[in-house]
Amino acid sequence: MNVSLTFKLASRNLFHDRIRFVATIVGIVFSIVLVNVQMGLYLGFGRMVTTMVDHATADLWIVPAGTKSFEDPSQLDERLRFRALSIDGVASASPVVIGFAEWRLPAGGTTPVFIVGSEIRTASLSPWDVVEGNVSALSIPSAVAVDRSYFDRLGVSKLDDRAEIRQQKVQVVAITRGVRSFTTTPYVFTALDRARAFTGMPADKAAYFLVQVKPGANIETVRRGLTASLRDVEVLTTTEFRNRSRDFWLFDTGAGAALFAGALLGMIVGTVIVAQTLYSSTKEHLPEFATLRAIGASGTYLYKVIIWQALLSAVIGFGLAASIGYVVVYATAESALPIMMTPGLTAILFSLTVVMCVVSAIAAIVKVMRIDPATVFSR
Amino acid sequence: MSTTVIEATDVAKTLGEGAGEVQALKGVSLAVAGGELTLLMGPSGSGKTTLLSVLGCMLTPTRGNVTIQGQTTTGADAEDLAKIRRDHIGFVFQSYHLFPTLTAADNVRLGLDVRGQEAVSALAKAHAALSQVGLAHKFDSYPRELSGGEQQRVAIARAIVGNPSVVLADEPTAALDTKNGEAIMAILSEIARDPSRGVLVVTHDPRLIPFASRIVRIQDGNLVGEERPHAKPH
Repeated sequence: MNVSLTFKLASRNLFHDRIRFVATIVGIVFSIVLVNVQMGLYLGFGRMVTTMVDHATADLWIVPAGTKSFEDPSQLDERLRFRALSIDGVASASPVVIGFAEWRLPAGGTTPVFIVGSEIRTASLSPWDVVEGNVSALSIPSAVAVDRSYFDRLGVSKLDDRAEIRQQKVQVVAITRGVRSFTTTPYVFTALDRARAFTGMPADKAAYFLVQVKPGANIETVRRGLTASLRDVEVLTTTEFRNRSRDFWLFDTGAGAALFAGALLGMIVGTVIVAQTLYSSTKEHLPEFATLRAIGASGTYLYKVIIWQALLSAVIGFGLAASIGYVVVYATAESALPIMMTPGLTAILFSLTVVMCVVSAIAAIVKVMRIDPATVFSR
Repeated sequence: MSTTVIEATDVAKTLGEGAGEVQALKGVSLAVAGGELTLLMGPSGSGKTTLLSVLGCMLTPTRGNVTIQGQTTTGADAEDLAKIRRDHIGFVFQSYHLFPTLTAADNVRLGLDVRGQEAVSALAKAHAALSQVGLAHKFDSYPRELSGGEQQRVAIARAIVGNPSVVLADEPTAALDTKNGEAIMAILSEIARDPSRGVLVVTHDPRLIPFASRIVRIQDGNLVGEERPHAKPH
């Protein structure tokens, strides 16, 4: 095949020493899988911490002033709801109750759960991805919905199984799939009044009010009206509340920084390993580079050989790393904290791999550019 | 009429520094003409390889000037010198310096690839050059599959494939037996028949003298003699 000889030389240099080739690829794969896992965790974590906000039906959220995230339980007075409904452009203001409670297993023992209560009628924050039973059954007294991934924790295994929350009987009427909490505390969906009973919240209180504006109403105008008439609350758009929750969990807690630090470490380790193997490969082939220089090869020609070598390493290493990454994504899909992989992340990882390998080639290029072509006469 | 293809004028070269400083060339002037095979002979340490390196634009002279096809190399930087080498000079080395992972054809093609020549035509020219040195049947052989003489012929093919003005050969037969050495010199003599191309061979082997049209002797960094073995007596 009449491919460019720079490419051919690069590939032969790369594959010639198999041990070094394997070391290079292992370095890249290790590095990129580590970055992949860290970034995948970041994405997965970022999505999980906002899952409730993402699945709520709301144009605006009325939240207690200073609320950091959805899982930040506090209380709003029910009177605020009626004041909100009096604002021009507001179609509905549905209360949501959240809070921790103790779930007593049928076989004995307890486990903490996170209660999410809303009006079944307005379906402002109903369970989603229901695979058994139905949401409307939550209007039945004592009805709850749980996720199947928590069956073992909750000591239930099917519809109609029973347990207790705060000495009150509950019955599973709907089962979801993949509605998981990043805190590993199971979500339990129920009707508003029962949620108050389970969490001990007074009947005239709620955690949030989810506002829907009337058709044609301007959300920003409605928000200004709500902000002007309600005290000690913040009125946030869904996007704002999502971002606030995500920023709190990812950055205020330091979790995001830790994930980024892990990714950075992966990049540094990968760069050092690839640079070291590329440099030693180049050093071993110095007589050949000197010959190329002697017969008139330009500096660019020599760079090309090394850059091709780096890019080949990048493509092979990335291919393996991405394959492993997708296996990890698949394996963690049902876990408490799934690792996510998106086309965007894949593209970013590939770019990072290429940049890492090309940066790694710099030391080798500097070495080659210092070659004295006259050394060919002394060998 | 033969013309000068490469010329050194009053070239001096100092190697090393301080106590290790050596004046390898002390004002050498030498012109190589097209159509000639010039032998540069001298004992070890006489400066012949240094002179070859200066003529081959791999070393910059401390003093003096080198011109190739009338073009001076004075003031040229490393990239300019590399361009002069790929445009005008073919090299043959004592230890061949072939690429072990490339076939004979690709080794020869390298001489054109560094010039940016398109692959298909470069490969055709590489095949022609290999045929010229009698290796038409070894296109796809790797260096490890070739004898020493065959490897040197591949190296010669690489040196001539770009049709250079001058071929500089450093001890091209030193690693070969007599028969192979004579075959290599015969090929270089044939190459030197072209009046537009000169061949300069550095050697200390007197068995090469019969192939030379001109012999230049060097000692202690100075040219000390010149003869033309085949010159007709006046």
